[in-house]
Amino acid sequence: MVDQSAVGHRFTPVTAQVEPGRLRYFFETLGETNSVYRDAAAAKAAGYKGIPIPPTYLFCLEMLDNEKPFEFLTALDIDLGKVLHGEQSFTYHAPVVVGDTLTFSSRVAGVADKKGGAMTLIVVETAVTNQDGVHVADTARTIVVRNG
Amino acid sequence: MTDTKTAAVGDRVVHKQFPAISRHRLALYCGASGDHNPIHVDIDFAKASGFPDAFSHGMLVMGYLGQALSDAFPPSRIRSFSTRFAAITQVGAELTCEGTVAELFEAGSERRARIALTTKDQHGETKLAGEAVVAL
Repeated sequence: MVDQSAVGHRFTPVTAQVEPGRLRYFFETLGETNSVYRDAAAAKAAGYKGIPIPPTYLFCLEMLDNEKPFEFLTALDIDLGKVLHGEQSFTYHAPVVVGDTLTFSSRVAGVADKKGGAMTLIVVETAVTNQDGVHVADTARTIVVRNG
Repeated sequence: MTDTKTAAVGDRVVHKQFPAISRHRLALYCGASGDHNPIHVDIDFAKASGFPDAFSHGMLVMGYLGQALSDAFPPSRIRSFSTRFAAITQVGAELTCEGTVAELFEAGSERRARIALTTKDQHGETKLAGEAVVAL
């Protein structure tokens, strides 16, 4: 079972590119039709340097370009079938557009047992920077592990 | 697009309905998101893990909520976006995303609104509850 010793654990940083084809596939999957996402000219006219990413896409990028997308589970010896997503947050500091290269640096920020140890909540915080070293976002996810 | 200049506390500024989530959609989302956890597409794996069926990625549901949010507020105005995953979203769920203005405030020189967000299925069960802060 995951315990407090996991707090502070840092994961291998992930570098991910905002590729237009992959982003288009995401939009197709979600039925996105907003022109700011689907039309580069409309995005430019709206003041973006390129097509912007949608609000949750940082989470995807970190997994898409991760050589070990479930590293934090294997590192902490957690079964993939035992995890649920409890909470997710994004704080945006600067725009991210197609063509950007992002680096995700993640660490375990907290571990807490719930319901007498039946569940463990793990908070992972991630700082995201771009190719110019600009801190573009912070994200946090809470993973629920069903113990037993 | 919402007329954000006149937004008042209590106004419903986000509202969008989505088609039923199919197994095909979940398979596509695995590829689109990079989240290949088999629990979202492989019934055998889901059952072995103690669930009656495969179920949606939470982040697909949050992706829909994000789409509803950025229909109302352009992505460059979204300062933060967070949700709690209140319940598992089953195959076949027909989601409705809503957001109402909970607070108007200033941060530095920027006028902002805190939007209280929910995503519910066709039975009215809350799947996501969260909030976003947007610049007006």
